[in-house]
Amino acid sequence: MSIPILTLLVLVPLFGAAAISFLAKTNEALVKNVALVSSIATGLLSVWMLIKFPTGSAGFEFVSKHSWVSEWGISWHLGVDGISLFLVVLTGILFPLVIVGIDPHHDHKQYMVWMLVLEAGVMGSFLSLDLFLFFVFFEIVLVPMYFLIGNWGYDQRVYAATKFFIYTMAGSAFMLVGIVATAFLARRDIGHLSFDLIEIAEKSDFAIGTGRWLFVGFVIAFAVKVPLFPLHTWLPDAHTQAPTGGSVILAGVLLKMGTYGMLRFGVYLFPEAAVWAKPVLLTLAVIGIIYGAIAATMQKDLKRLVAYSSVAHLGFIVLGTFALTNQAITGGVMQMVNHGVSTGALFLMVGMIYERRHTRVIAELKGIQAVAPIFAGFFTLVMLSSIGLPGLNGFVGEFLVLIGSFATARWWVVAATTGVILAALYLLWAYQRVFHGEPDEANKSFTEITKREAMLLSVFVAAIVFTGVYPKPMLNRIEPSVKSLLEHVESHSNYKQPEIKAGE
Amino acid sequence: MTNALWLLPAFPLIGALVLMVFGRRLGEPRSGWFAAAMPIASFLVTVSVYFDLLSRPSEERHEVVTLFSWIPVGALHIDVALLADPLSITMALFITGIGSLIHLYAIGYMHGDPKFSKFFLYLNMFVFSMLMLVLGENLLVTFLGWEGVGACSYFLISFWHTRNSAAVAGKKAFVTNRIGDFGVMTAMFLAFSAIGSVSYSSINEAAHTGAIAPVTATAIGLLLFVGACGKSAQLPLYLWLPDAMEGPTPVSALIHAATMVTSGVFLMTRMSPVLHASYEWAPMIIACVGAATALYAATIAVAQNDIKKVLAYSTVSQLGYMFLAVGSGAYVAAIFHMVTHAFFKALLFLGSGSVIHGMHHEQDMRRMGALRKLMPVTAITFIIGWLAIAGVPPFAGFWSKDEILLYVYANNRGLYVVGLITALLTAYYMTRQVIMVFYGEAKWKDHAHDHGAHGDFEPHESPKIMLFPLVVLSVLSVIGGAMQLPFTKKLHFLEHWLAPVVEESEADIHKTWAYENKYILLVIAVVIAITGIIGAFAVYGKKKVKAVEPRVLEQAWFYDAGAAKLIGGPGRAAFNAIAWADAHIVDGAVNGTATTVRGIASQIRKSQNGFTRVYAALMAIGAVVLLAWFVYRGVA
Repeated sequence: MSIPILTLLVLVPLFGAAAISFLAKTNEALVKNVALVSSIATGLLSVWMLIKFPTGSAGFEFVSKHSWVSEWGISWHLGVDGISLFLVVLTGILFPLVIVGIDPHHDHKQYMVWMLVLEAGVMGSFLSLDLFLFFVFFEIVLVPMYFLIGNWGYDQRVYAATKFFIYTMAGSAFMLVGIVATAFLARRDIGHLSFDLIEIAEKSDFAIGTGRWLFVGFVIAFAVKVPLFPLHTWLPDAHTQAPTGGSVILAGVLLKMGTYGMLRFGVYLFPEAAVWAKPVLLTLAVIGIIYGAIAATMQKDLKRLVAYSSVAHLGFIVLGTFALTNQAITGGVMQMVNHGVSTGALFLMVGMIYERRHTRVIAELKGIQAVAPIFAGFFTLVMLSSIGLPGLNGFVGEFLVLIGSFATARWWVVAATTGVILAALYLLWAYQRVFHGEPDEANKSFTEITKREAMLLSVFVAAIVFTGVYPKPMLNRIEPSVKSLLEHVESHSNYKQPEIKAGE
Repeated sequence: MTNALWLLPAFPLIGALVLMVFGRRLGEPRSGWFAAAMPIASFLVTVSVYFDLLSRPSEERHEVVTLFSWIPVGALHIDVALLADPLSITMALFITGIGSLIHLYAIGYMHGDPKFSKFFLYLNMFVFSMLMLVLGENLLVTFLGWEGVGACSYFLISFWHTRNSAAVAGKKAFVTNRIGDFGVMTAMFLAFSAIGSVSYSSINEAAHTGAIAPVTATAIGLLLFVGACGKSAQLPLYLWLPDAMEGPTPVSALIHAATMVTSGVFLMTRMSPVLHASYEWAPMIIACVGAATALYAATIAVAQNDIKKVLAYSTVSQLGYMFLAVGSGAYVAAIFHMVTHAFFKALLFLGSGSVIHGMHHEQDMRRMGALRKLMPVTAITFIIGWLAIAGVPPFAGFWSKDEILLYVYANNRGLYVVGLITALLTAYYMTRQVIMVFYGEAKWKDHAHDHGAHGDFEPHESPKIMLFPLVVLSVLSVIGGAMQLPFTKKLHFLEHWLAPVVEESEADIHKTWAYENKYILLVIAVVIAITGIIGAFAVYGKKKVKAVEPRVLEQAWFYDAGAAKLIGGPGRAAFNAIAWADAHIVDGAVNGTATTVRGIASQIRKSQNGFTRVYAALMAIGAVVLLAWFVYRGVA
């Protein structure tokens, strides 16, 4: 590989951030342009990577590996496979959209710096193949997010930011211990100290009890990030208080670091433990699906409602992950991307409502469809994607998770499928209260979306429809890696996938 | 011609997309004409496919057109594939045929509506989804259409969304249908895990050969029936359909009478080999639910005063009849009744729409009467529809209802009696409606001021564009029975046509008493229908008998109100309790922990440190302790 594309994916936004920090605070236009150029460049790089990615490849591509702290076996090791591919592309595309589409209102310079640092951190997290490096990126992400919520958020922003930071930090502490312990314990099998993910996963042979303890350490950190019931309560606060851009990124890609981590550093590193912990994690996932949906139904704040819907949707991903079948995990990976697109768009639109009405309280909104039909049309389509209407993206992922999990987790699936009913309930009820009815005085002046907003939303809608109608290109790139992950699990544990003969 | 099958759904899809972009610019009435051209084009294609199939030998009337691979993951291969066979083409014929008529009608009915083009966008979208539903070659493509028609139904019920009742009704329809969808989805999961496919040919093949265990077949069949109960408005999920009358009347005719609500019957017929492979009590459950719904809804229809509500409950009742047929193994009769019902019920709904239109949006039948002179075409066509649904020979409904009753008698006499009582009530409430609307004295004169007409208000006949579909449908309601006449085997056209699809699962009644004495049953059916009509004339025409319309029937046995109370009361309270617990217990534990730690920390260190730093320090200590533990365990 002549161009270290993955390294650039991390460094370009970082350079952008560095460049902006040298600019004058008052020169907002230039600040914004630099941010835009660096994020668009990153986006283009990610798309280029997607095009160059060999379909059918199960292993890591575009690998770049350089020794970093050699005596500790830490290296700058980046790579992308089917599982991380679309998350990287999603990150690459979502950031420029947020930067171009959402106005932070004040302190543009700082805002853009944090945004770009955030992008670098997220990219790094999805690309790292070194435990230590991953941990560094995983933690770096907290800092810009903390400041984005704390400085650009709403009334309760400081409380929410602190809660977010400490809660996630506390989870990460377990992972830090897990990482160090894993590396030290794996030394016996490998022969030298190494933090290299692949090396550890392929060569180490932990005692059953040890592997399980280590797995728990990792999974706690990821469960907080996802968030998995009952560790989810930081999310509604963080989402509601974060500025729109923060919410979009948070829902779009940050939460996926948790579900992605579960696959990459949970299932891959500790297959035996993943099989062992399956019942508990499936149960928590299904509780999250139903509980998140019920809690969403009763929310009075539209943004909180969307936040709780994330708890439910992420539950599907965790269900798919630990059902350990080809379709379920592929569906889960796909759902990570789909949820990013749909919920990202929902947060974007809640932000648009707030910009116009300065409220997100459902009871204060009414009859918006009558005055802003185009906006209502966009909202409806995204809502239907979130509800899981076939033909739109949300359905494909959810359906694959459920149909794939049925063989290994039948009754969990039956319970989880009720979440499909509840999703219709909370979203349609909210829609009815906000968009239907005769608009009252305060809502009559609600203005139709601007061309610029419509263009922004169109990108999301295009992704929603395309993925729903023709998911094959995505599935073909995700599945080989999932298949090889499952083979790894089967060869490192006594788990065997159920045999389903292929029908016509 | 079958390889042009994709054109069928393509036309209305293109129509919807064009209207999405240019609808407003096209405006009224051009967007309406444009939209109407789409189902007409589809209809023409369907007709040519029909003749293509007809020209082949019976066993070759089966053609799969695969468009592209939709969801391929490992052992799961789901294609977007369409199937042309007698069943799907029968469905497509009346969907596009009646759909075209209703598009035309709507051009007149929706005249002057500010969202005129939007209406036609949804209507095209609906036809597209409905065609995907019936043409799908596997459960998932059908489910795509299934959910699509549900979404369009939602848009159209709440079309006048500034009206709160319309908004609520739309939501109710979607959510109730989702309960049914739970069944359809689980059935698909089960089918995939059992035979590795969700395609109809694989599933039905497996059912034929016995590759599916009876217990699995029963589960798949009944789970799909749960979905059918939602979509086809059967007990206990029918609740949404009467409320769906909030939508514009063409919608009620197309979606909530002729096409969408019959999807459940279609699905059961499509999967008939699976029902055949089930335990015997499985079809019996379907028959019982159908019979119960038929009777239950008919009793309610007797006491309704809203012209559309009568027809809505009547639809629920008639759909019950179709499930009664399905459960009795009479798939041909079910489809037969589905088609004739589509003719006469669409006719009746459009007729009621014409009345509502002429009455300036009055729907209460107590304010109508004597309209036959002012609206002659509407009246005559409505009367034909009435005779058809009441089961008077030789109108279409008589033949299809009789066919069902024949099979039901052979299957279970108790259910036959339920069917007869339903038929009696049907004749009764429909006669009641005709008298209240078209005969008797004109009661709208007293209420003229309500319409802002100040005395000079007079109902008027509808424009030609609305009358044309009425005339066509009334002709079909007269002659529709000809597709399956009971007299000789040769006249069983529909049966021969559908044979490749349902032959194996169709109940064999040839040796039963019912079959040998089918003319006796025929006579009984006629007597029952006449009795119902005479009864209603005595009550509402001659006023010799006092009308029995108890509140319990008017209120639909208080089921809806009861369900609403349950959901609004304990249901809501439970949901609120969970939301409260989340904020106070789950999150309370988090904040409680934080407060405790903070308290201890400030005890230890009185200095003015930021909390974040304190936590970080504590975490570091904790981490070291844990690390020591891990390493110790690992080494030991």
